[in-house]
Amino acid sequence: MAIEIEMPKLTDTMEDGVLSAWLVDEGDEVSAGDVIAQVETDKATMDVEAFDDGVLLKKMIDEGDSVPIGQLIAVLGEEGEDISDLVAGGDGAAEAEASATAEDDTSTTASDATETSDASESAAPAGDGQVRDREPEPVPAGTDEEGRRIKASPLARRLAKEHSIDLATMDGSGPEGRIVRRDVEARIEEGEAAPAEPETAPAPQPSTEPAFEMPTSVVDEAGELYESENISQMRKTISRRLAQSKYTAPHFYLTVDVDMANAVEARKKLNALTEKQDGPKISFNDFITKSCALALRQHPYVNASYLAKDGEIRKYNQVHVGVAVAIDEGLITPVIRNADRKGLAQISKETRELAGRARNRELQPEEFEGSTFTTSNLGMFGIEEFTAIINPPNAAILAIGEIRDEPVVEDGEVVPGKRMKITLSCDHRVVDGAVGAQFLQDVKRYLEDPMNMLL
Amino acid sequence: MATLQLREAIRAAMTEEMERDENVFLMGEEVAEYNGAYKVSQGMLDQFGPDRVIDTPIAELGFAGLGIGAAMSGLRPIIEFMTFNFSYVAFDQVVNNAPNMRYMSGGQFGCPIVFRGPNGAAGQLGATHSNSTEALYSNFPGLKVIAPSNPDDAKGLLKSAIRDDDPVVFLESEQMYGLKGEVSDESDYLLPIGKARIAREGDDVTIVAHSKSYHVTMKAAEELEKEGFSAEIIDPRTIKPLDIETIIRSVMKTNRLVVVDESSPFSSVASEVTHQVQERAFDHLDAPVLRVTPPDTPAPYAPNLMDRYMPSVEEIVRASKRVMYAAA
Amino acid sequence: MADDKSKAQTDPADALDAPSGDGAADEEAVTESAADEATEPEGPWTRQSIDIPDGPITETVEYNTYPADRFSHDELDLADDDLMPMLRNMLLQRRFEERCRQMYQRQKISGFLHLYIGQESVSTGSVYGIRLGEDSVITAYRDHGIGLAMGMDPGVCMAELFGKKDGCSRGKGGSMHFFDASKRMFGGHAIVGAHLPLGAGVAFAHKYRGEDNVCLCFFGDGAMAQGAYREALNLAGIYDLPIVFICENNQYAMGTAVDRVQAEPDLFKHGRSFDMPCSLASGMDVFSVNRAVKDHVALARDGQPSMLEIRTYRYQGHSISDPAKYRQEGELDARKSEDAIVRLEQYIVNQGVAADSEIETLDEEIKQEVLDAIEFAENSDFPDDDAIYEHVYAQEDYPFIN
Repeated sequence: MAIEIEMPKLTDTMEDGVLSAWLVDEGDEVSAGDVIAQVETDKATMDVEAFDDGVLLKKMIDEGDSVPIGQLIAVLGEEGEDISDLVAGGDGAAEAEASATAEDDTSTTASDATETSDASESAAPAGDGQVRDREPEPVPAGTDEEGRRIKASPLARRLAKEHSIDLATMDGSGPEGRIVRRDVEARIEEGEAAPAEPETAPAPQPSTEPAFEMPTSVVDEAGELYESENISQMRKTISRRLAQSKYTAPHFYLTVDVDMANAVEARKKLNALTEKQDGPKISFNDFITKSCALALRQHPYVNASYLAKDGEIRKYNQVHVGVAVAIDEGLITPVIRNADRKGLAQISKETRELAGRARNRELQPEEFEGSTFTTSNLGMFGIEEFTAIINPPNAAILAIGEIRDEPVVEDGEVVPGKRMKITLSCDHRVVDGAVGAQFLQDVKRYLEDPMNMLL
Repeated sequence: MATLQLREAIRAAMTEEMERDENVFLMGEEVAEYNGAYKVSQGMLDQFGPDRVIDTPIAELGFAGLGIGAAMSGLRPIIEFMTFNFSYVAFDQVVNNAPNMRYMSGGQFGCPIVFRGPNGAAGQLGATHSNSTEALYSNFPGLKVIAPSNPDDAKGLLKSAIRDDDPVVFLESEQMYGLKGEVSDESDYLLPIGKARIAREGDDVTIVAHSKSYHVTMKAAEELEKEGFSAEIIDPRTIKPLDIETIIRSVMKTNRLVVVDESSPFSSVASEVTHQVQERAFDHLDAPVLRVTPPDTPAPYAPNLMDRYMPSVEEIVRASKRVMYAAA
Repeated sequence: MADDKSKAQTDPADALDAPSGDGAADEEAVTESAADEATEPEGPWTRQSIDIPDGPITETVEYNTYPADRFSHDELDLADDDLMPMLRNMLLQRRFEERCRQMYQRQKISGFLHLYIGQESVSTGSVYGIRLGEDSVITAYRDHGIGLAMGMDPGVCMAELFGKKDGCSRGKGGSMHFFDASKRMFGGHAIVGAHLPLGAGVAFAHKYRGEDNVCLCFFGDGAMAQGAYREALNLAGIYDLPIVFICENNQYAMGTAVDRVQAEPDLFKHGRSFDMPCSLASGMDVFSVNRAVKDHVALARDGQPSMLEIRTYRYQGHSISDPAKYRQEGELDARKSEDAIVRLEQYIVNQGVAADSEIETLDEEIKQEVLDAIEFAENSDFPDDDAIYEHVYAQEDYPFIN
């Protein structure tokens, strides 16, 4: 039976070989182990040996031919054996030439070639398919209208997607404006998940160039023109929340002058009592908190939120009064919960404690979140009156000025009086003028005759 | 519960296992007559005799390889490296022989061996004596790597390691050998290999830390607590296989991750944890994962440089605040 | 074979205590001899003296030799009936390796392929010197020969080379990593020198269990330049391990001749540094190997490790892609003229144990057996894809990163 001799793989990197010399002729007897030819490989000239005994019946390629591994180069067999099917297809040399120019076709000429290609397939990295399987689906990165990539944490993206919030409408409070969890959560809480309606409430345009001229160099002859300071997280929050409030809640303002003479007297008496009990002093602000709380119970639309996203006005059953406190980095509003149900001493104690912790930045979120109404007092700075920006999602905020000594006319006579101006900022979406005015009347009534608070 | 030093807990684990199984023996430099360079094996020669508590020449390659051959024959050697810095002399044996035997023999020859000893920097010892090898050895399929942070874990995990049919690299710490802790009195106290421990629960940030770094991290958590942040600390205990599920669950809760690791940063344990977390919990991350590791330098000698080198409470606090977007 | 325990004439430590005319040294010598009578308790302390005697210190060392053509089979306790199986054992290796060349050239075998042709007497002579299945064997990467000599199935071995699931290592080891636990064949090992400590460990386990089995640890001349060689022999020496370190010196570490890279090219002498009996045997005669291995195994069973160098010759290049151009003209032919298989065939015919024709028939049988092995390997499947995760860990539910 005829034995095919193929171009052997002689080195670990060899792909094809040049038959440099035949050492036997057709018709010669060959024994296993005899060297029958020499082949030049990529590394060296190597011997081609026979692994079986027989007669070399046919050389399929000539000296100088280059053929790939596995191609038939000679046929070994018994003298006179018919090998026509092996050599069919003509001259081996011609095939070799063809294979040199069109290597892809060589597989049809070599008996082992199919196995060769199998082997090379199986030699491909087995994990390859797995890698493809594991390739994650591309996650849309999120871009703004101009196609710029929006920076947001993966979690923020997921939350935004779940709440149908368009990240392009948001500013981020993270590094380089990255939108992070707390930004999205704030938005969710505000109920502003739907994009703001542009015709009624144009969103702030942070990308707009500032209208005023900026200094072009930091330093001139006089020295540094300005100092740069990174915008703190708190400032960013103030900026975002108050801008949002002022732009989306249509504010209007109501001011009333309150006679504080009785309150001053009442406070004196109360503090004489608390002093004996070692309790905290009652401040005018505590009177105001209590007055507001009681009045809020009677005016549910002031103790409310306008929630555009949910399509509802939410009137709260509890009264939680936020008290704005100035701290080094900005301001924060600790909340006196259920202030309508607490006595002045309790309000005083809680306010002092919360304010103190606010200044030390020790407040927990539940201590400054969830107010239904807010007061802001700048009286201690000699401010006579001012208007405050509503603390979202409240419907109103009360701005308190100083208590002034003022000549007043009483029973036709000019006498010394104690007066204080308070200004209510109202969100017109929920509080109408009359509603605000009636609320303010009640606040005034409590302050002017504190005994009412006891009723 | 008994209060034991780490070295005593390790000794108890070895002693109990040697009492239980005659195939277990201890071999290493100075383990017998000298009673252990760090007194871990104190008294074991007296109890078990020189056939089972065996001093070696200074030839880590040789006795590590001897242990592997013995393990292939069915014994359960405990090979002590005086420190894991010296395991580098035996590197070929630990990484190329021990973990490959089962695979290359088609399952015919296992290698139930424990390589143990102190790992990581131990003060001002200079670069050659301050290597943290956990990331390195975790890179070799077939090895398991354990690095406990306290006596109880050390005992339960070492006993499991000795009984494990796979080669285990068990990393201790010179500076922790005197660390005392409650250790279970259970007669057969085994802890599962590959299970992390939630050492401290918290909501704001997850911190993963093992071995010595775990203790630094616990201090950092106290500092964070003072500022109102609550850190969840996970001690993986086993580096390989890593209990990534526990870490992922925690990250899904806190959305932030810091990994503390005494290995050099490039291809560290921290790198691996970070990779796996971003792959499996990407949409739960609110900040990039940060790691606290030594700088990518050899360990120095000078005290100030060494302080700078080791992961510190301050660095961990800073990294934690950064991932929480809290003002530093 | 010199008795290892009677080292009085050769031990330099003893020479240190030799009377020198110095009174103190004399006293020391007296004390030492008293200690030798076991009055001094064993301890961890040193017994080495730092009183240096007047020199020079001279030693006389004896190395046993096992040249070719010295031993007859009956001297080796081999029966006439053992000779044809012995020849069969060697011929199987030769024919197997020859077909391996062809199968590599046909790309059935991949990776590195190191052939054992020319060295068959070492494996066969050794296997006939041990209790097969009880004693242990560990070797380097040129491991087909010893595996077959130990009775590993040629089909299973060829299947391993083909990377098939029925291979001796399930297709995960390849040419350099043949293992057979049932035969106590502890593997082919492919990092030069790295398996010598493993061999010491295998021997350690025999001793630890109180068995009287031994370990044969084979390695090449190249391995002796590795530090692992020194560490393994030293450990075997101090723990009295039942092991024979057998250097198959086939003259070339890859392409580097042994005398170019060994300061002491008489490799057997290196064992002296560890106070071991050392011998030199010819690998061109299977009887010489057999005698040497039997003598050294007997030492090992007595707890005396030893060193045996067997000078042999590989006919092929280091690996399949090495044309071995570094040989001297005529070197290979000279070696082939001493071929151990031919030598045994002639011996068998001369002894009248078998005729040439019977040997030819045997050879034909073996050639067919190898072709059957190829067919078996061909018909075996490649491992399942999942097999990549098998046998990494003993733990069944190991959580792989995949």
